[in-house]
Amino acid sequence: MNQWLRQRPLALAAGLVLLSFFLMALGACVGSTGLQSVREVWSDAVSQQIVWDIRLPRSAGAWACGALLGLAGAVAQGLFRNPLADPYLLGSAAGASLGVCVALALLGASPVAAPWLLQLGTTGAAFVGATAAVLLTLTLARGVQQTLRLLLAGVVVGVVLGAASSLVLLAQPQLMQAMQGFMLGTTALVDWSACVLMLGGWSFCMVVAWTLSPVLDGLSLGENTALSLGLPVAPIRIALVLVLALATGTAVAHTGLIAFVGLAAPHLVRALVRAGHARLVLLSSLMGGALLMGADLLARSLLAPQELPVGVLTAVLGGGYLLWLMHRQNPVVVGAKP
Amino acid sequence: MTPALNAQGIGARLGRTQVLQGLDLQIEAGRWTSIVGPNGAGKSTLLKVLAGLLAHSGVVHLQGQPMAAWPARQRAQQLAWLGQSEGAGDDLTVWDVALLGRLPHQAWLSKPSAQDYAEVERALRQTQAWDWRERTLGELSGGERQRVLLARALSVKAAVLLMDEPLVNLDPPHQADWLQIVRKLVAEGTTVVSVLHEITMALHADTVVVMAGGRICHQGPSASPACHRALEQVFDKRIAIHAVSGQWVSLACTP
Repeated sequence: MNQWLRQRPLALAAGLVLLSFFLMALGACVGSTGLQSVREVWSDAVSQQIVWDIRLPRSAGAWACGALLGLAGAVAQGLFRNPLADPYLLGSAAGASLGVCVALALLGASPVAAPWLLQLGTTGAAFVGATAAVLLTLTLARGVQQTLRLLLAGVVVGVVLGAASSLVLLAQPQLMQAMQGFMLGTTALVDWSACVLMLGGWSFCMVVAWTLSPVLDGLSLGENTALSLGLPVAPIRIALVLVLALATGTAVAHTGLIAFVGLAAPHLVRALVRAGHARLVLLSSLMGGALLMGADLLARSLLAPQELPVGVLTAVLGGGYLLWLMHRQNPVVVGAKP
Repeated sequence: MTPALNAQGIGARLGRTQVLQGLDLQIEAGRWTSIVGPNGAGKSTLLKVLAGLLAHSGVVHLQGQPMAAWPARQRAQQLAWLGQSEGAGDDLTVWDVALLGRLPHQAWLSKPSAQDYAEVERALRQTQAWDWRERTLGELSGGERQRVLLARALSVKAAVLLMDEPLVNLDPPHQADWLQIVRKLVAEGTTVVSVLHEITMALHADTVVVMAGGRICHQGPSASPACHRALEQVFDKRIAIHAVSGQWVSLACTP
């Protein structure tokens, strides 16, 4: 089976799409009223509201957020030629979070279930925050060559921007409760408008990333090799950093901080198939979507009728995965200059 | 005849260190030129300048036209570069790596043509890497990996091929294979420039450029006594060039 999948990225894509539909159907059934709401969806207005306005947008939102993070992870790992690059580890998620925090403090609103225009505004603020954070990380790391320096810079930027978010919250305590769920990462209040924004952002980022994927392939053999092949490395690198920031910012603006999906999704894809970046970016997105939808289902059902924030669950599972990955990796790749 | 590469007044820095200064060099078309010299002589830096990969002062002409005037893709079709391994690329298959060499010949995002596939197959067979085409780079040894990277450079099918330490990790039989490949390329009209640490291999080239301290000390036919003297000089007389079985061989001098 494994060998079969290695040669067939299309089979993996089809499998992930089917899995996503299955999880989406499952997501419509999971909740405090269980299957009853699904059975009465056509006859009872409340059941219809539960399934159509709460459960389905939540599952679709989890998929879109996971797809955005999976895409961001694949782009980051290809762009920085670093297997541990991830929106969270590069500080972009913390930057996006700070952007949302500042925007909401200025607008005085709740981070989730906000009106359309406000959601668009927070997405923009998250994008600006994520871009600034990535640029700050790259500046501190003096480029992307030193893996250890890049990761340390990402951690430092993440911590500093996280502290800045806390300061904003201290100044605006009325946002504290609303932001708590956001900081932990949750899909609980994602509505259809948030889904549309996330899917729109995902479509745009996917088209751009897929179009620019030959540069990611070239870069995997080194910057000089990519340049010698006539690839316009510098402008495309900027475009891909913006894609990374937009994907992260859009995800974080609507679901808060959800860690490790962006790290794990590309690794799982690479473990199953051999693919260039055009396919890797798409498959990582599909994998991220399925992963987060699955994690969201777990978060909803593990302690039912209570819910775990999905960000907590991905942090616990993803953190373990990261540790395993670091032990498994060649120390030269993880700890020193690649 | 227009030289394949013509560098005038080249100066280059790595960080704050001036590595090359006031350097002039002409590379004859359709010949094999080897650049040799002790560590830190500026060989790899010079090769990067010739490939248009490093900011520098002075001017480099490729086939009579200033390097900067070449559109990136056209330049990549004419000039291929094999550097010392700087990237991982562990997840790419051997086939995909070799196919990257055809990027300069393809329109953006277009599918590779039958000719692209034919060139990739030819290059992989030439470097005896064809049998591993479905394996990833991460699954190969250092020497096997080097042969795949060579195939990637060969698949460009460029008129000028620059190689920086192409023999790294290659065992003696595969070094001999590399020599055969280079001779065949030159016979077909390709210009080959290689930076080599293996002086004996470098002495197989048509022309040897001897470097030290960021300058060219000598440039001339590999068989000339002046070339051998320059080599012995830049290595502080710790090597000696001898004729053995009709070949020039560099031997280490023990104190």
